[in-house]
Amino acid sequence: MKPPRFEYAAPHKIDEAVGLLSQHGERAKVLAGGQSLVPLLNFRLATPEMLIDVNRVAELAYVRPLGSGVAIGAMTRQDTLERTDVVRSRLPIVAEACRLIGHLPIRHRGTIGGSLAHADPAAELPAVMMALDAELTAVRHGGRRTLPVEQFFTGVFTTALAPDELLTEIRVPGLPPRTGGAFIEIARRAGDFALVGVAAVVTLDDGGRATRARVALCGAAPAPIRAREAERVLVGARPDARALDEAAEKIAAAADPPGDIHASPAFRRKLARHVGRQAMELAVRRAGGAS
Amino acid sequence: MTRSISLIGLTVNGVRHELAVEPRRLLVDCLRDDLGLTGTHIGCEHGVCGTCTVLVDGASVRSCLMLAVQADGATVTTVEGLAPDGALHPLQQAFREAQGLQCGFCTPGMLMLAWELLRDHPAPSEAEIREAISANLCRCTGYQGIVDAIQLAAERHAVPAGAAR
Repeated sequence: MKPPRFEYAAPHKIDEAVGLLSQHGERAKVLAGGQSLVPLLNFRLATPEMLIDVNRVAELAYVRPLGSGVAIGAMTRQDTLERTDVVRSRLPIVAEACRLIGHLPIRHRGTIGGSLAHADPAAELPAVMMALDAELTAVRHGGRRTLPVEQFFTGVFTTALAPDELLTEIRVPGLPPRTGGAFIEIARRAGDFALVGVAAVVTLDDGGRATRARVALCGAAPAPIRAREAERVLVGARPDARALDEAAEKIAAAADPPGDIHASPAFRRKLARHVGRQAMELAVRRAGGAS
Repeated sequence: MTRSISLIGLTVNGVRHELAVEPRRLLVDCLRDDLGLTGTHIGCEHGVCGTCTVLVDGASVRSCLMLAVQADGATVTTVEGLAPDGALHPLQQAFREAQGLQCGFCTPGMLMLAWELLRDHPAPSEAEIREAISANLCRCTGYQGIVDAIQLAAERHAVPAGAAR
């Protein structure tokens, strides 16, 4: 099918984009990479009166070091993110997750900001950003705010962004030394949406005990979630097989997955425990210096 | 700034075109219907099958998930660009010899993926080939013929590494 009629604007500056948003608000949709929005238009599941295409806003496409972390412009393509040195060296879990998003032609267009703002419960980057304590900047006409990623996702395809706000930047703080991260997902076929995915980030002390842990899931609830009970099991413990088993149980308990033609809730929960354990184990191994 | 008809200019297979399109015009429809380049096929129209894959500024994209207005100023390569004189490109020749096609519906998209792969990875492993073509669906070859064709094309250096986009 073909998209319905809409008005179209392609601003070159953030100011112009948020000006248009303040003018048109709920009538308008922001077009980022279009890999989710254009199918919705083609199916006419989305029928915005106006599209504000931010693909020509050059000031939204960048990746740069920020302290020991990384600042990422919302229009950074997933393929660019995967290949950027500062991401690969400081946040290898992000590159690892990007590789699992759709296929190369999708990643050539798809953006980090689009992925977050679209808030598909099965998407990779929202869960990874939860595991990395990212901070998101939203700009509106005459103002801006920064919010922790945990407050960003409010439900299925729903975020805390107001209709006149534009997500502009994602800031990921640096990770402490001896920190490892891993993202693992299960999908029916390569490139499909994940049935379940788990992002784990673990920091060890010199004695091999976990001092910090983040575990986040996608595909397991209406929005990406943290498995805090699993994190509590790990922190202070030596993450041996027993601790990992126990934490994996907590991951399964945290999951409240949907059932559909691809998998039942019970099967998804089982997968969450399984890939969760793998992700935590790999994160621990990487924290200890393995790659 | 808002527009109901847009004037765009794009270069397709080395030829510059200027045309007026509705903003909702998909790039694939622009290529096929406005420019008459029907080599690019249109299948699912929602970014799953990949048969509409073309190169925009040298990078593979699904042309059903891009608006024609977004290609304003861009350089596009379609399957017609592989064989401008009507003679098969060595990559196409390899597909023919290794039976990398049956009905031919997915072929234009597969060729564009393969061309990009071999440009960026002149000697891909079988796993890399399979990962690259996993972007697109074929419902008749079972994929083995396509993998064989790309391996054959790689052996013959059918696509120069880093070839011009």
